[in-house]
Amino acid sequence: MRYLPLSSDDRQAMLHKIGAENINELFIDVPDNALLKGLIDLPKHMTEMEVEQNFQAYSAASVPAGNVPFFVGAGAYRHHVPASVDYQIQRGEFLTAYTPYQPEISQGTLQALFEFQSQVAQITGMEVANASMYDGSTACGEAALMACRVTRKKRIVISGNLHPQYIDVVKTMTKFTDNIVVVDDPTVNKSENLLDQIDESTACVIVQNPDFFGNLTDFTALADQLHQRKILLVVVTTEIVALGAIKSPGEMGADIVVGEGQSIGNGLNFGGPYVGLFATRQQYIRQMPGRICGQTTDADGKRGFVLTLSTREQHIRREKATSNICTNAGLCTLAFTIHMTLLGEKGYRHLAKLNHSNAVKMADKLKALDGVELLNDTFFNEFTVRLNKNAAQVVEQLVELDIIAGLPVSRLYPHNDDLKNDLIIAVTETTSEDDMDMMISELKEVLSC
Amino acid sequence: MLNKQGRPTGNEAAANAGNTGFQSYTGAKGLDQPELLIYEIGNTNHTGVDLPEVEDFETRLGGLERDQEIGLAGLSEPEAMRHYTRLSRKNYAIDMGLYPLGSCTMKHNPRLNEKVARFAGLSDIHPLQPISTVQGALDVIDTLAHWLKTLTGMPAVTMSPKAGAHGELCGLMAIRAALAAKGDERSIVLTPESAHGTNPATAALCGYKVKAIPATTEGRVDLEAMKEALGPDVAAIMVTNPNTCGLFEREILEMADAVHAVGGYFYCDGANFNAIVGKVRPGDLGVDAMHINLHKTFSTPHGGGGPGAGPVVLSEALAPFAPIPYVLAGDDAFDIVEHDVEGGQSFGRMTAFHGQMGMFTRALAYMMSHGSDGLARVAEDSVLNANYVLASLKDVMSASFDGPCMHEALFDDRFLKDTGVSTLDFAKAMIDEGYHPMTMYFPLVVHGAMLIEPTESESKQSVDQFIGMMRHLVKAAKDGELERFSGAPYNAPLKRLDETAAARDPILRWQAPE
Repeated sequence: MRYLPLSSDDRQAMLHKIGAENINELFIDVPDNALLKGLIDLPKHMTEMEVEQNFQAYSAASVPAGNVPFFVGAGAYRHHVPASVDYQIQRGEFLTAYTPYQPEISQGTLQALFEFQSQVAQITGMEVANASMYDGSTACGEAALMACRVTRKKRIVISGNLHPQYIDVVKTMTKFTDNIVVVDDPTVNKSENLLDQIDESTACVIVQNPDFFGNLTDFTALADQLHQRKILLVVVTTEIVALGAIKSPGEMGADIVVGEGQSIGNGLNFGGPYVGLFATRQQYIRQMPGRICGQTTDADGKRGFVLTLSTREQHIRREKATSNICTNAGLCTLAFTIHMTLLGEKGYRHLAKLNHSNAVKMADKLKALDGVELLNDTFFNEFTVRLNKNAAQVVEQLVELDIIAGLPVSRLYPHNDDLKNDLIIAVTETTSEDDMDMMISELKEVLSC
Repeated sequence: MLNKQGRPTGNEAAANAGNTGFQSYTGAKGLDQPELLIYEIGNTNHTGVDLPEVEDFETRLGGLERDQEIGLAGLSEPEAMRHYTRLSRKNYAIDMGLYPLGSCTMKHNPRLNEKVARFAGLSDIHPLQPISTVQGALDVIDTLAHWLKTLTGMPAVTMSPKAGAHGELCGLMAIRAALAAKGDERSIVLTPESAHGTNPATAALCGYKVKAIPATTEGRVDLEAMKEALGPDVAAIMVTNPNTCGLFEREILEMADAVHAVGGYFYCDGANFNAIVGKVRPGDLGVDAMHINLHKTFSTPHGGGGPGAGPVVLSEALAPFAPIPYVLAGDDAFDIVEHDVEGGQSFGRMTAFHGQMGMFTRALAYMMSHGSDGLARVAEDSVLNANYVLASLKDVMSASFDGPCMHEALFDDRFLKDTGVSTLDFAKAMIDEGYHPMTMYFPLVVHGAMLIEPTESESKQSVDQFIGMMRHLVKAAKDGELERFSGAPYNAPLKRLDETAAARDPILRWQAPE
């Protein structure tokens, strides 16, 4: 077995040193009837080549987004990641290191985390950020719980235009706590009056920008009104590239910003692993969940970095911890921070502009089609169109023509008839003019027959 | 001595230079180069990407343009490569040496797994693209689920939890939902004193009060104390097996029977599954739910703190309460169920999308590489290596409990009594010897704990070298070489870091100088 270095001679010598006759003597504490006598009924070991061939077959049975005109977003986006990012994250020193509990021999991971936290704080317009959560949706659930701790209140109000799976995650995470979750209805192209939903027991209001349907909103006034009533504003961003073009949640007065960082440095990966971004105000850091990296000095006075404020965390505080999170998204944060460093201010803004301009181009082409209504007044790289037919059926027909046309809203809202003709379309820098034109001409065909 | 060209003829000069205490002008120590922050190297005008020009167009941002500078520093590609390569060299890693962190299972990460995880049909696919276009990915999930169920002897598995602690939450929520369905509201979860911190933290997140069960002098759960604590208000016990002292819970079947007898459930923390994979099936031990850390037992890389994956196997009684989504294997195609069926009892959704696909591919590649024969060998070799460490060090260090141990060996600090050397000092001295320290001060049930898990990835030669190093250090401590320990590490990129100052006055991000 290529991964197991001990030879049978080694094993004999080691058993001898231990004073055991055979290996099963070391399993003496296992109840006799629970120790398996033979092998488990699964295939025997395979060569490297055989395993690879198996996975080639799995891979061939799916359609990669890069092979077809592709327009699905809704919380995960296809962007181009520079080759050097994947090279760096595969360096063994990063890939095969543990959580940096021994800072003297983990400065590589720690400094990268410090840089990551700095970038996330800047992008979101917030004072501080943590070292990541599992993904955007769980970060959103953690933000809701944190807002309840900060305000010592229990009611969580959620915009109907938050990603529906994020809504489900918040509901699930609060299912067995004494929190109350109130969710507005989705409103594709009308503004929502969230102030109607709040009361004295409200801890926070959770909104998304750009929202699930792609709309952009200025939450500055909402933030002011909430703050007057000591309610926190939580802003979610599932497409972090957007903040290269639009005003940050921090500038609008957000108290907690959570986001999905997958767009930067990380591939689609069928939904994971991704990287949850979490940023807030300095005054709330002791209520923030997750690991945090901080700057300090060593015994010679040299600058260095350590994991800090760990008295919030489960391994110290146990049942009184701010969260149960332990392992987070380490390597995905590294990919994020390397890609963001390659972009820099200039590249990040340019990438955002490119996404937006492609989306505008596509929206204009779609708008010109009969049977297509563009529902958004504003958008970044994603918008919703209402078709004259059932959107899920249209998508199925276009798949037959090798086009993956977008997300029919009904996939996530199967019981909402008002939304059954709505299609969410994402356009990024990877979408070519040819992709757009192929989609337009085939869609025209499908809608007209 | 110099030769005719003026070169020194021996090592004399170099040897002398080492003793002069010269500090380099740059702060470098040869290959160990100091590295500034990106903000001190680059600026907002640098970039390492070339993007196509954007023609003028009318924006649809509704007047929300971001007009303030963000302040992001950029680096060109050569600068970025150098920056991260230099940083990487300040990390210890499995690829560099034995990584004996107990309860963390730092085993070799096969590169084949990295390769197959990057195949386009498994990586460049969107979680919400049409189900007919992701059949290969669903096949991987279904196949991995089959392996996990078979290895654990459990009838069901839910794949979406993102890490071990997320899996714990999933398991406890299933338990709470199952009890609620019977109208049975209970308020207490029992955890042993030796439990990982995630266990009580998870129970609290699930709305339970936590009660700790003491350990016996043999390092195992005190069954009698547990029985006394059990009652109609106990929803579950959370027991790690093998436990965090590195021991198999001999009375595991009695514990399972006892909790079942009062109508509660048995949650098993599967963090230490590596010791028994292929040898013992948790399903045969009376377990109702157990998470499996794919980043421990099944070798997906720890990556400096994630990403992990924590699928949870469930008993027949808990399976109906599992979260969505799940994969269904039909006669000729796979489907993914994203909404609870009419009248369904699922407790909800743990995460957007379907879980850690990138970790699933790596874990399945690892399992297929080993097969049923290789996985049993993994358990055996990991247990053998740990017992070999225990047998080779127990004459000079203080083993906390009698062996045999499972995949990790626990020592405490009695052997350091009166030496003036603490567990922390000892650990830092290991860094100078070129090793990552073992897990320290955990579990909490012994004083100054040192928990050593060598894993099956280490050769006998590697384990022998580690043992030799440890024996040298023990001797030095007992011989009173205090300075070797109190100031350690001396040879790492940095000396000991001031963690107290970091927490007292937190600096959590870079700030532009005034």
